[in-house]
Amino acid sequence: MSENIDNGETALALLRDMLRIRRFEERCAELYGESKIRGFLHLYIGEEAVAVGAVRALGPDDAIVATYREHGHALVRGVSANAIMAEMYGRREGCCRGRGGSMHLFDAATRFYGGNAIVGGGLPIAVGLALADRLQGRAGVTAAFFGEGAVAEGAFHESMNLAALWRLPVAFFCENNFYAMGTALARSESQTDLCAKAAAFGMPATKVDGMDVMAVHEAAREAVRQVRGGGPVFVEFQTYRYRAHSMFDPDLYRDRAEIEAWKKRGPIHNLSNRLKALGKLTEAQFLALDAEATKEVEAAVAFAEAGSLEPIEDLALDVVAGRKR
Amino acid sequence: MRISYREAMRMALHDALASDPRVFLMGEDVGKYGGSYAVSKGFLDEFGPERIRDTPLSELAFVGAGIGAALGGMRPIVEVMTVNFSLLALDAIVNSAALYRHMSAGQFHVPLVIRMATGAGRQLAAQHSHSLENWYAHVPGLTVVAPATIDDARGMLAAALAEPDPVIVFEHVMLYNVEGELGDAWREADLRSARVMKSGRDVTLIAWGGTVGKAIEAAEALAADGIDAEVVDLRVLRPLDDATYVASVRRTHRAVVVDEGWRSGSLAAEVMARIMEQAFYDLDAPVARVCSEEVPIPYAKHLEDAALPQPAKIVAAVRRMLGGAAGASR
Amino acid sequence: MIEFKLPSLGAEMDEGTLLEWKVKPGDAVHKGDVVAVVDTSKSAIDVEIWQEGTVYDLVLEPHRKVPVGTVMARLLEPGETPEHAEAEKRRLLAKVGERESITTPTQAVTGAAAPAIAASRRRVSPAARVRAQDLGLDLADVAGTGPDAAVTIDDVERSAAARARGAASAPPGGGPATPPAGRPSPVPRPSPADRAVAMRSAIGAAMARSKREIPHYYLAADIPLARATRWLAARNEGRPVNERVLMAVPLLKAVALALRKFPELNGHHLDGAFAPGSGIHVGVAISLRQGGLIAPAIHDADALATDELMRRLVDLVARARALTLRSSEMTDATITVTNLGEQGVELVQGIIYPPQVALVGFGRVTERPWIDDGHVTAAPVVTASLAADHRVSDGHRGALFLNELGRLLQEPEQIDGSPA
Repeated sequence: MSENIDNGETALALLRDMLRIRRFEERCAELYGESKIRGFLHLYIGEEAVAVGAVRALGPDDAIVATYREHGHALVRGVSANAIMAEMYGRREGCCRGRGGSMHLFDAATRFYGGNAIVGGGLPIAVGLALADRLQGRAGVTAAFFGEGAVAEGAFHESMNLAALWRLPVAFFCENNFYAMGTALARSESQTDLCAKAAAFGMPATKVDGMDVMAVHEAAREAVRQVRGGGPVFVEFQTYRYRAHSMFDPDLYRDRAEIEAWKKRGPIHNLSNRLKALGKLTEAQFLALDAEATKEVEAAVAFAEAGSLEPIEDLALDVVAGRKR
Repeated sequence: MRISYREAMRMALHDALASDPRVFLMGEDVGKYGGSYAVSKGFLDEFGPERIRDTPLSELAFVGAGIGAALGGMRPIVEVMTVNFSLLALDAIVNSAALYRHMSAGQFHVPLVIRMATGAGRQLAAQHSHSLENWYAHVPGLTVVAPATIDDARGMLAAALAEPDPVIVFEHVMLYNVEGELGDAWREADLRSARVMKSGRDVTLIAWGGTVGKAIEAAEALAADGIDAEVVDLRVLRPLDDATYVASVRRTHRAVVVDEGWRSGSLAAEVMARIMEQAFYDLDAPVARVCSEEVPIPYAKHLEDAALPQPAKIVAAVRRMLGGAAGASR
Repeated sequence: MIEFKLPSLGAEMDEGTLLEWKVKPGDAVHKGDVVAVVDTSKSAIDVEIWQEGTVYDLVLEPHRKVPVGTVMARLLEPGETPEHAEAEKRRLLAKVGERESITTPTQAVTGAAAPAIAASRRRVSPAARVRAQDLGLDLADVAGTGPDAAVTIDDVERSAAARARGAASAPPGGGPATPPAGRPSPVPRPSPADRAVAMRSAIGAAMARSKREIPHYYLAADIPLARATRWLAARNEGRPVNERVLMAVPLLKAVALALRKFPELNGHHLDGAFAPGSGIHVGVAISLRQGGLIAPAIHDADALATDELMRRLVDLVARARALTLRSSEMTDATITVTNLGEQGVELVQGIIYPPQVALVGFGRVTERPWIDDGHVTAAPVVTASLAADHRVSDGHRGALFLNELGRLLQEPEQIDGSPA
């Protein structure tokens, strides 16, 4: 760990990504209040370290299957803030021309196989993507992000089994934020040690502090190394969302004290304080990084505001192949 | 060449595996067992376990994996043992396979072929005998086909693999042993058109999959009474080839739709609605349908027979439709 | 219970499309009230009702095309209660199956009507309806052999073949093609182009019927108009343009007055017999800008003073061109006058508009040499012509009519007023 943080360049890059996500998500919440963004909106505030540390562990030929809380993953993966924000505005300039919205961000160029609004829905698909890589002799790894809620789904068990059985290159990245919507882990699982479930499939498993981006990054790099050329690996990142499940959620099921306790471990100030203590970051540098993130987000908002609407005549495009734009 | 439907399907699969390295077959007991309907017998030895993949009993995972593999550049053929079990994979098919192209605005597509057996007639009872083709035919983003002939069993798979989007192939369990002449027509098999199997002028019988043979049998029985029935095999259940069957109804002015699914909310209902929309003023009688009775398909032979569309029921429907004219001036 | 049925608003009208109801259930209606607007092949026409009562229900929905005779609405007679009406309806419903008792015979000129109460609906396949329409066959005469005794295409074709065999042995010049009966079929409001086609076909049908059925004879006479012209010029002098009277008016008036002495030229030939007109309602042929022709009536033209007749004529032309005529104007004409003088023709040889029995034509008023009292002078002259129905009158009476017309026009001041 200390070796990693000694690498100031990597740490600063991770910090920068976390700030990008944080400012992006905050702005999304604001825009939701202004009715610029509608539908379901699941914010990633508090959990940034997981997407940043894990996605940064992947190579350009690797694939990602994510959840409906995936803005951060897409941003870090390299989907532009402009394209994501325009998508949430329902604009033609969005990464899916307004067809997907917040929960369905896709990007072929970065092998980002989407947010998936079915809990556990992405897991079998990740298995298949890995199978395709294997069958075609490619060295790719497919990173499957899912929450601890998905662990209750049959798809999780079937996919873990199939990937382990066929030794497919899938990195199962479980983002355990301890609440499946409003249901606490202990209220839905007989076995709350998620790594024990992986063990049942004979799959290597690690539990990681998901609030520490350096730890996440290190664990993810190790998992990806293991997966590439080997078999699937399960990593549980213990994390916490500061905000409610979605904009519809009154958050009646959590203690304020619990939330405040987790906030003290916030991934951004956790890392920035450590870097400052090590003399690798000044307050001025931090503010500059923050300002840069804010600038990127504001530019994305301006881009989305100026966007156009997909013509209604194109409604039936992209249902099946055939008609081209 | 006289072959069985099973052999025709097997030849088609063999061709696909031999000609395209991206193609692989995956499903329960497709390898060592040889396929639950013996369609892939011997393939494991010939193509090896990487391309003939026995899966665990995990329909959701292996159908989903088929979707992922298709996204990843392969041309998977996933076999689901029967449509009854496909319900365990309904999420993957309806919420993923059918939607990726649209949700991603065309960035991703899912060239996946899912084969599944359907239908009753082998006394397999309620959990193995249903016809749920209409469930899938309801979903935009899917192509749904039902090869009913030797030529289509031989030819439709290649066309399905050429599709850039997911195709569901329904193979009726009673067809596997049916033998017929394999001509050259299979090379032209498409996934767009219905086909007039037998022309006639008095009534159009519209059928698909397992009911095509029954419709033809009914037509033969009607011919003995001087009633000249046309038989249309829909072949493709989504998208429906309205032009072919509507043109037929415009000629005959009467239609009976034969559907092994349950009557309520059936595909037959959809076909009837389209006839009404497009050929109302050409109709000389209300469009009729012969569907399965609204009961779970029972085990006992006589009950199973009674539950299903049969040639005699089709004949009776035609006679009712022709009213006093039936057999009189014809 | 009064059944208000789609009237035939002209001999060629077999069907009409309800555009709009002008009444609603509960409204009291009086004789002559406009209750609906109906689109015919010619125009949108205000349809009047000729009975007193209270609207009970509107059977027909707007934008439905139905045959003449179709029940459009039901009305309660004075003193009748809704309970009566419901009892009547139940009685009708109880008779479902007894087709004859339910199929209401129409009083319309053009023949049979479809029963309009839903429960009494005959079973006819959609294709059979279309075929019957193509063949001009009345479905009421076709027995059904289809499911539930429905009429099928075969039934229609058999019936048509039988009719053809019957017609071949009947004397020529039989009745007009029977219009198809049947239920309303939804039709969009016709476009001007559609209407033009429909009107042309309607005119063709009516004229063909006329030529087929009516043994025409034709007479013509030149009538000097020197006095009428002078009289009119003096009358118009000093009047603003919009109050001036055209020569067409004394011509019309003279025709109307002359007809008082020749009732055999004024009326309708219906069902093999002549029915003299109850008044002298002169149909005025008006050509429409979009093409086609319409001949609405000026009621009791013989009783109208010159200025009133002029006003009526102007109003009628305007409304005919705006396609807002009233139904009585479309049906009531007892003779037609056609004036093609403005187009420069000298002689009109008209075709009688059935069921009328005569048509008077006027050509151009021109200066011609005219011998008056042994002197040749230049005088304005018009050629008046008569086409008349030999079943009702003959040339002798026709010639006397033209003489009377000529005489009246020599005494223009006599025809100016509104004699009782």
